[in-house]
Amino acid sequence: MDHAQTMTSADQFGRKEAIKKGLVAGLPIFLGYLPIAVAYGVLAKESGLSTFETTMMSVLVFAGAAQFMAAGMFSAGAMFVEIVIATFVLNFRHFIMSMSFMNTTKAFPLRWRFPLSLGLTDETFAVSSLHSNQAKHQYGTYFYLSLILFAYVGWISGSLAGALLGEVIPQALSESMGIALYAMFIGLLVPSIKKEWRLGAIAVFSMGLNFIFMEVLSVSKGWAIVISTIIGSFLGVFLLKEEDES
Amino acid sequence: MIMLTIIGMAIVTMVPRFLPAFLMKQSTFKPWVNRWLNAIPFAALGALIFPGIMIDVFPKQPLVGIAGGVVAAVIALTNINVIFAVIGSILTVYLLTM
Repeated sequence: MDHAQTMTSADQFGRKEAIKKGLVAGLPIFLGYLPIAVAYGVLAKESGLSTFETTMMSVLVFAGAAQFMAAGMFSAGAMFVEIVIATFVLNFRHFIMSMSFMNTTKAFPLRWRFPLSLGLTDETFAVSSLHSNQAKHQYGTYFYLSLILFAYVGWISGSLAGALLGEVIPQALSESMGIALYAMFIGLLVPSIKKEWRLGAIAVFSMGLNFIFMEVLSVSKGWAIVISTIIGSFLGVFLLKEEDES
Repeated sequence: MIMLTIIGMAIVTMVPRFLPAFLMKQSTFKPWVNRWLNAIPFAALGALIFPGIMIDVFPKQPLVGIAGGVVAAVIALTNINVIFAVIGSILTVYLLTM
């Protein structure tokens, strides 16, 4: 953006290429977000939010699970403080994810790291981490930016569509879409495990921890995921090799 | 009031996201810290998948979520685009709960 004047044609090609790669990497998130965002839009409208409020929540919050939860809480008559605190707890996992992503992208200047960090969701973080080699490229910033913006556009437009089309979508179908995010997580995880079993061991360990925290110790979902991620990833200290790219 | 709540949600979501951008300034960490940070995506994915997939997808029938997850995993094993795993699992859940 700001160094456009000094750009040579070769640089420009590199930047275009980075943007294109980012869009390709972001396409599954974009497509996966659409049905989920539509389902969110329908639910939020049913909970009494206006089309504008439903869409603005996607623009400002950009966190699927928290938005579904908030829609449910609004319809249950929950108040400001309850919803905000529940959102904080549920989204605190992004702090841990951002630490990992900021370590990957530590070569980027802060004016890039700051806006990129705001676009971190479970999905954009997971896909970005699987493309951590892009952080070494000259135009890696554009790669992550286009990946995140593509996902963001999908999330917002899906929410708007859901809010507008609400009743047109059969309920059985919108209920079935709840699996979509989980399928995306699995779809991102499985190919990595196929390449490196140690990564699977970390994921399974973390699943077990999360099960114990949620089902046995009855810790709230948000904190359970945060604690399981922190403890689970410590297994990587012993299992992974230094050069293991994530 | 709803708009105010949404703005409150946005603030408590944004702050944890951007804080590490300012905190993680150290240029190089000890190797074990790097290994820990590199493992976070996989630990996070694990915790995000389970046990949520049993509880959230179809609370009354945990096996429906599991079935959708197994279908997604099998499709993902073929290394085709993630989107096919998503479509396959939606269809599975839809057919199982029709």
